[in-house]
Amino acid sequence: MEIDAVRALIEAGLDQCEAHVEGDGRHFEAVVICPAFQGKSMVRQHRMVYAAVKEQMDSGLLHALSLRTFTPETWAARKG
Amino acid sequence: MTVQDRIQLLVNSHKVVLFMKGDRLFPQCGFSGKAIQVLDACGAEFDTVNVLLDNEIRQGIKEFSSWPTVPQLYVNGEFVGGSDILLNLYESGELQRMLS
Repeated sequence: MEIDAVRALIEAGLDQCEAHVEGDGRHFEAVVICPAFQGKSMVRQHRMVYAAVKEQMDSGLLHALSLRTFTPETWAARKG
Repeated sequence: MTVQDRIQLLVNSHKVVLFMKGDRLFPQCGFSGKAIQVLDACGAEFDTVNVLLDNEIRQGIKEFSSWPTVPQLYVNGEFVGGSDILLNLYESGELQRMLS
């Protein structure tokens, strides 16, 4: 899969979300920033992202996706 | 016994159990290796299940937790997360608290 395709899938699957994706075609890492993550456990946040790419993971097209999830607030706090 | 039953039994019979590729001495993938490193750093006692030895469990564990990847850590019967989450929980000190 292409990095842009992964990013597009994640952003399409989550409302108002921003995804930054890196990867080598098989293993990807994504930073996902989404207001809907607010108040949810990490497991739940990651499940939301996995749901957006479920088809590709089930088919093996996407093999590994490392995730770091943030709300817009925690992301801004991290950068500053 | 269905594979879901088998997994449930495994999850219930160990306080801390990591479903991984390979085993503690020889992890067979980078993410599984990272999970072992984190657990070792906590000084925790834990068991492992090598999904590479059992294809039914390898597929079944993903349905069991509705989580698409391995490794997967279970503590007191509850799914805690994969290697990204474990690292995060370790850095915040929460994993150590969970395992003590």
